[in-house]
Amino acid sequence: MTTVPVSFSVNGTPYDLHVEPRRLLSDALRHDLRLTGTHVGCEHGVCGACTVLVDGDPVRSCLLFAVTLDGAEITTVEGCCAPSGGMGPVQQAFHECHALQCGFCTPGFVTTVTAYLCDHRDPTRAEAREAVSGNLCRCTGYVNIVSAVQRAAELTAGLTAEDRS
Amino acid sequence: MKPPAFAYHRPRSLADALDVLARLGAEAKVLAGGQSLVPLMSMRLAAPAALVDVNHVPGLDSVEVTADRVVVGALARHSRVEHDPEAYDAVPLLRRALLLVAHPTIRNRGTTVGSLVHGDPAAEMPAVLCLLDGFVTLRSASGSRDVPADAFFTGPMESDVRPGELAVSATFRRPPAGSRSSFLEVSRRHGDYAVCGVGAVVSDGTARVALIGVGAGPVLVPLDEPDDPDRVAAAVDAAIEPEDDIHATADYRRHLAQVLTRRALAEVS
Ligand SMILES: Cc1cc2nc3c(=O)[nH]c(=O)nc-3n(C[C@H](O)[C@H](O)[C@H](O)COP(=O)(O)OP(=O)(O)OC[C@H]3O[C@@H](n4cnc5c(N)ncnc54)[C@H](O)[C@@H]3O)c2cc1C
Ligand code: FES
Ligand code: FES
Repeated sequence: MTTVPVSFSVNGTPYDLHVEPRRLLSDALRHDLRLTGTHVGCEHGVCGACTVLVDGDPVRSCLLFAVTLDGAEITTVEGCCAPSGGMGPVQQAFHECHALQCGFCTPGFVTTVTAYLCDHRDPTRAEAREAVSGNLCRCTGYVNIVSAVQRAAELTAGLTAEDRS
Repeated sequence: MKPPAFAYHRPRSLADALDVLARLGAEAKVLAGGQSLVPLMSMRLAAPAALVDVNHVPGLDSVEVTADRVVVGALARHSRVEHDPEAYDAVPLLRRALLLVAHPTIRNRGTTVGSLVHGDPAAEMPAVLCLLDGFVTLRSASGSRDVPADAFFTGPMESDVRPGELAVSATFRRPPAGSRSSFLEVSRRHGDYAVCGVGAVVSDGTARVALIGVGAGPVLVPLDEPDDPDRVAAAVDAAIEPEDDIHATADYRRHLAQVLTRRALAEVS
């Protein structure tokens, strides 16, 4: 088995790995780095459970070879927490709004919504629905997820206000 | 659902990429965004012996807008093209169609040039290239050539890219001032490939539509009399060759082609 070196950071920690070229990023995160927060549902780009951020943008980790990410900054759901280590605003909002049941889809929603709120401060319900349209959830029926996107926007605005004061 | 093994190449310059493609010939495939290639490999529908990853080649990710064209580089992601304000001003159809390509998360990684090379008969951007008389520029270690849209799409999931070649850019011509365009489609779920879609451009009294999901590639239909509904319907019906599949019957696609053409033309007239 031939391996290829690749260096990237995950949630701010640098890693130098040797992986088989065919290693999917989702598997490199889960099996090589033991970051099992990233979930794998369909493994062909449809469900969104495996969504992570690459240089700030949401992407499907099941549709990327780890070797292609040399030099990238990756953020997984484990990196969407508060600086103190507690829940980040999106996680807090999902908790408050009861926006998860089994929780399998949640990591993909949390990463997607975290990136979305960076440039959408105050989404309407329709916009929130559009923002999560690429993520599937079999349990909740989405109503509480849409509420959580709006609540997360409020919480994020509160944190930004605190930063400023 | 794991992709088969392959030899991996990560060139850091265009010259190196062309060299390795020349050396490997038909054994190698280019890896761009991977949003079509990786799922095909995971499903074992493709098993290339080698991949040449062009994601680290500098200078390929530009979107250049000039007086008469928009030139999209091989590594310009769909989202980059979609959000480029100058490209939108020059050719609004680009963003209109891109908003129908998959979900934002897929568009963050998938490239517009990759989607042209991939040549899915239900993909939107091949139809846009045809509507705007565009072309694809291919480079190899031995030279360069431009292939016009009407010759580039050679069959379902096939395009005129030869072993050893890299598609370095796609050029979309800016339609004349005062032109209007629209793109409409029906898909099973938001973000899915279209069951049927229609792009339309009207300028200086001439009109053309391009249909997707109803042929081996995009079907371009020039309309001499866009105001005569019977002639439009007949021209579209004669041009398309829809087939049955798990998503829809050929009859339903034929029906959609008519309805969407009417609506798209109503939007631009
Ligand atoms: C869930 C899902 C839904 C989607 N829905 C749609 C949709 O509605 N409409 C749509 O149009 N697309 C859709 N796509 C596909 C998406 O647009 C792809 O990004 C695109 O088709 C391919 O671009 P890529 O850069 O990812 O190419 P890759 O996957 O990297 O490559 C695709 C093929 O093109 C070749 N290739 C790529 N770039 C070059 C180049 N520069 N030179 C030579 N060969 C090259 C590769 O070798 C490969 O054979 C969807 C994808 C997914 C996963
Ligand atoms: S596991 Fe990646 S999109 Fe479903
Ligand atoms: S909470 Fe179960 S799939 Fe979303």
